[in-house]
Amino acid sequence: MAIEMIKTGMLATIQDRGRFGYQKYGVNVNGAMDEGSARVANLLVGNPEDAAVLELTLSGAALRFTEDHLIAICGANMSPMMDQASLPMWQPIIVKKGSILTFASYVSGCRVYVAMAGGIRVPLVLGSSSTNMRGQLGGFNGRSLHSGDMLEVGHVDEASRSARLWKKLQQSIGPAFNAKLFAMAPEEQVTIRFIPGPEYELLTADSKQKWLNGTWRIDAQSDRMGYRLHGEMLELEGSKEMISEGTVHGLIQLPANGQPIVLLSDRQTTGGYPRIAFVAAVDIPMFGQLKPGDAIRFVPVTIDEAEHLLLEYEQDMAMLKAAMMLKCSGA
Amino acid sequence: MKAEIMALGEKSIIITLGDDIDEQTHNRVVHLLAELEGHKLQGVIEYVPAYCTITVHYDPWHIWKWARSNNMQLSSPRVWLQKQLEAIIEPYIEGKNEESSNSRGRIVEIPVCYGGSYGPDLVDVARHNELTPEEVIAIHSSGTYLVHMLGFAPGFPYLGGMNKAIAMPRKAIPRASIEAGSVGIAGAQTGIYPISTPGGWRIIGRTPLKLFHPEFEIPTLIETGDRIKFIPITHEQFASIGELHWT
Repeated sequence: MAIEMIKTGMLATIQDRGRFGYQKYGVNVNGAMDEGSARVANLLVGNPEDAAVLELTLSGAALRFTEDHLIAICGANMSPMMDQASLPMWQPIIVKKGSILTFASYVSGCRVYVAMAGGIRVPLVLGSSSTNMRGQLGGFNGRSLHSGDMLEVGHVDEASRSARLWKKLQQSIGPAFNAKLFAMAPEEQVTIRFIPGPEYELLTADSKQKWLNGTWRIDAQSDRMGYRLHGEMLELEGSKEMISEGTVHGLIQLPANGQPIVLLSDRQTTGGYPRIAFVAAVDIPMFGQLKPGDAIRFVPVTIDEAEHLLLEYEQDMAMLKAAMMLKCSGA
Repeated sequence: MKAEIMALGEKSIIITLGDDIDEQTHNRVVHLLAELEGHKLQGVIEYVPAYCTITVHYDPWHIWKWARSNNMQLSSPRVWLQKQLEAIIEPYIEGKNEESSNSRGRIVEIPVCYGGSYGPDLVDVARHNELTPEEVIAIHSSGTYLVHMLGFAPGFPYLGGMNKAIAMPRKAIPRASIEAGSVGIAGAQTGIYPISTPGGWRIIGRTPLKLFHPEFEIPTLIETGDRIKFIPITHEQFASIGELHWT
């Protein structure tokens, strides 16, 4: 069972939910940029949420299936096509041996996730399949994918959830389960909720207004490590001497140039810039679907609200999981 | 200095044990880290020690589910975890726990071939400080350096204790790639690059030891709390040591 990367597009990597437990050794977490889409894609094919998936950036990728597979495509809409027919997203689909999946043109978002029943098989490194490109470890030989790479897919056991789902889909004439409500689709202008950080109160009154009322554009110098935000320059009252400490996913730092940086999946484990805000955890996956030039605005939420939103989101995810189990259960 | 607990967003909490980079604060960090790791608190994913702090990363949903399955009323996973942490760090808050000794006390010897192609900036560092290259080597290799924390890149140690007589600012334009094992100086800090990465440090030598081994459960040769000594070696010794494993 294998998949051939015919074309990779801008950047293609293997990711899971991240490499945890080794940040104290300086090992980055990595993981899917839009973690929600990656988790949903896995659930839709009967995989555990943290199975390894393919993360594709923008359009241009093409892959060939050398066997029949059960797959799900979630995340950005890059017009997925199979042998000239357009493919539905956010639901399990069966693809035939020899068919070619392409992502022809851009519609919305930035990163596509392709999950395969059985999961993509790469050796676990420090407990994770995620690719750490800078550290050259994990994923496919510690690097992004090249054309010609052959990806192995895990065996789908006869008794597994995936196998039962597969069988049902082959027999079914009704619509398959759709999980589109989990889509993080960026609209005209995205609103990101944030929790004020320890240095938020050090922003000058003028800067606070600029932060709250301004439109921020994703800078071209943005990658999986962090997104630089381009807008009016922000200033802190006085200078704050910072000592390096552990970083946080979604932390918004303010370096001396006054342009904030949002720390994302490939962030360094430690850092020492003023911490003006934290992206509410439920909104972090949205950054995975933003691309350079996109505009965002920030609105404050309290930490209690952010926590509540996160618990609600996880409850929704648990419901999807339960629904998929029902779908796959019985004869 | 008392200990402080503060939320960093809704998935992390930071414990601050001092406000200066010094050995006393470092010792408190190392002690509390060992204490916390022994407690196996629900929902905690990992602890990340730094110069003066320990960052606690946790999963609020895990705590929520665990509380529900134990019929516990929980208003907020964050408030619950913060309470558990407060109970553990109470001796630190009151400043009772002030051991001054480093419990690990492990000394790791790092052989370094200074200068030449392995240390292209050695001559510049010497000139900048009005020293000879030999004097820079003597000063750099006579110190014992405390590993305050690991960060920046896998296995990269933040070392304290460098003699300011060999300090030099970073390069204005960072190199696109620095070889793994390179030993450098940035301002009054010294460090070792465990993996090949871009960087602006002044490179004065290289170690043949491999500092990062992702195939091991403890993937780094050097850990927070260790002390490092640099041992000067020749080009011939560098070649013969090759890629040493330490296990």
